[in-house]
Amino acid sequence: MQTIFEQFGLLAAFWMTIKLTLWSALFATVIGTLVAIMRLSPVGILRQLGATYVTLVRNTPLTLIMIFSSIALSGVLGLVLASRDAPGGYIATQNFRLAVLALSVYHAAFVCEAIRSGVNTIPLGQAEAARSIGLTFSQSLREIILPQAFRGAVTPLGNTLIALTKNTTIAAAIGVAETALVMRNVAEFDPGLLWTAFGLIALGFVILTVPMGLATSFLAHRLAVKR
Amino acid sequence: MSTSFRIAAVAAAAALALSACGSDGDGAGADGDGLKIGIKFDQPGLGLKDGENYTGMDVEVAKKVAEGLGVAEDKITWVQAPSPQREQLLKTGQVDMIFATYSITDKRKAEVSFAGPYFVAGQSLLVGADSDITGLDDSLDGKLLCSVTGSTSAEKIKEEIPGVELQEYGTYSECAAQVANGTLDALTTDDAILAGYAAQDTYKGKLKLVGGTFSTENYGVGLPKDSEQCEEINEILNGLWEDGTMEQIISDNLGEAGYEYNKELNPPEAGGNC
Repeated sequence: MQTIFEQFGLLAAFWMTIKLTLWSALFATVIGTLVAIMRLSPVGILRQLGATYVTLVRNTPLTLIMIFSSIALSGVLGLVLASRDAPGGYIATQNFRLAVLALSVYHAAFVCEAIRSGVNTIPLGQAEAARSIGLTFSQSLREIILPQAFRGAVTPLGNTLIALTKNTTIAAAIGVAETALVMRNVAEFDPGLLWTAFGLIALGFVILTVPMGLATSFLAHRLAVKR
Repeated sequence: MSTSFRIAAVAAAAALALSACGSDGDGAGADGDGLKIGIKFDQPGLGLKDGENYTGMDVEVAKKVAEGLGVAEDKITWVQAPSPQREQLLKTGQVDMIFATYSITDKRKAEVSFAGPYFVAGQSLLVGADSDITGLDDSLDGKLLCSVTGSTSAEKIKEEIPGVELQEYGTYSECAAQVANGTLDALTTDDAILAGYAAQDTYKGKLKLVGGTFSTENYGVGLPKDSEQCEEINEILNGLWEDGTMEQIISDNLGEAGYEYNKELNPPEAGGNC
């Protein structure tokens, strides 16, 4: 078991999982909120763009998006997200950022739908009341709709975060050194330890995701809009 | 070869679970009703499934061995043998023999028997046609090197030249594409595998092998432990080199990009690994 930590760097891999999760959660929330606003806006073309984004991204396998970001965006189109002398190495930094990009773009679609579900918890009368007292679309969004929508969307957002945490393992497809990559290396170089590695990695994910689930339940209860 | 373990946990679990209840017989063999032969399905020049056709060096050698064992070509059932599953396929009798860039190693010999080697490959470098990389030397310093996840070959180079940066993908195809378009500088693994990519229509004239070989990989025929056919297959394999069939197979499948196999190490003497 010691070997898995020392030779294969399991703890560093879990730290990578956490970093991927946090950065991707941040960007996915930003993109997802923007797309949700587009889908709620009174402008038809924006609504359609938002709907197209969600339909396209949500129905594309994440592995495909991940490989696309590495092979097509970085390889063919020459997208560079890291400098050649980045600390920690050019390729490692580039791959990490590409993985965050892919994870953010993918989960933004789910964040968007989670927020929309939150919006649906708000009685229609509130939007009408906001308009009747003269608030513009952006004012009513900022003051009335979104604050309540986020509170109503805690549970689906939490579910998305848990899914995101586990989906970070797909970053192994482009060589990001996280847990799934450790698992492959163990299988190749020390097959006898495969089951130990499997157990430790499963345990690690439980440790990461169970608190998220508990926090989600707690916050969903605590923040629910009492009507 | 330096194997890539594209292993899903589930697949591993399934494979190991199967091994627990699998038979340990030495395979159906040449008892008249055909052979199940494990090959790679995705390795151009070595073992490639193209629609209903199977091409590549490993496939051709397998056909000749089957012929020598008295099995007609249409009695062969081709089975995909991905690297991480090869031992399990043999142990559970899902295949009778495996020709899949299967390097003979001591760890593997504890699990299965090997006939051969029928070919000796070695680690090499595949670079863009106009690359200034000359081999395992200072010209690699600061370059971007590609290999597959869980591969020993790239690590070897990193030890020699610490300045290289390593990109890992799931398959060699992804690496080859990136090297051809110039995003990455070199792909490293067994020369036979590299030659297969260099000879592909897509990459003709865009990729070249450099630097000779700097390791030894003995490709053998994987057989169930203590198979009775092992010695017989060794004789067939030696015969293939003696009458020139083997050279013909190599030049037919890997020769298009000007690949020259290592003449010092080939032909190998088949035997001793049964």
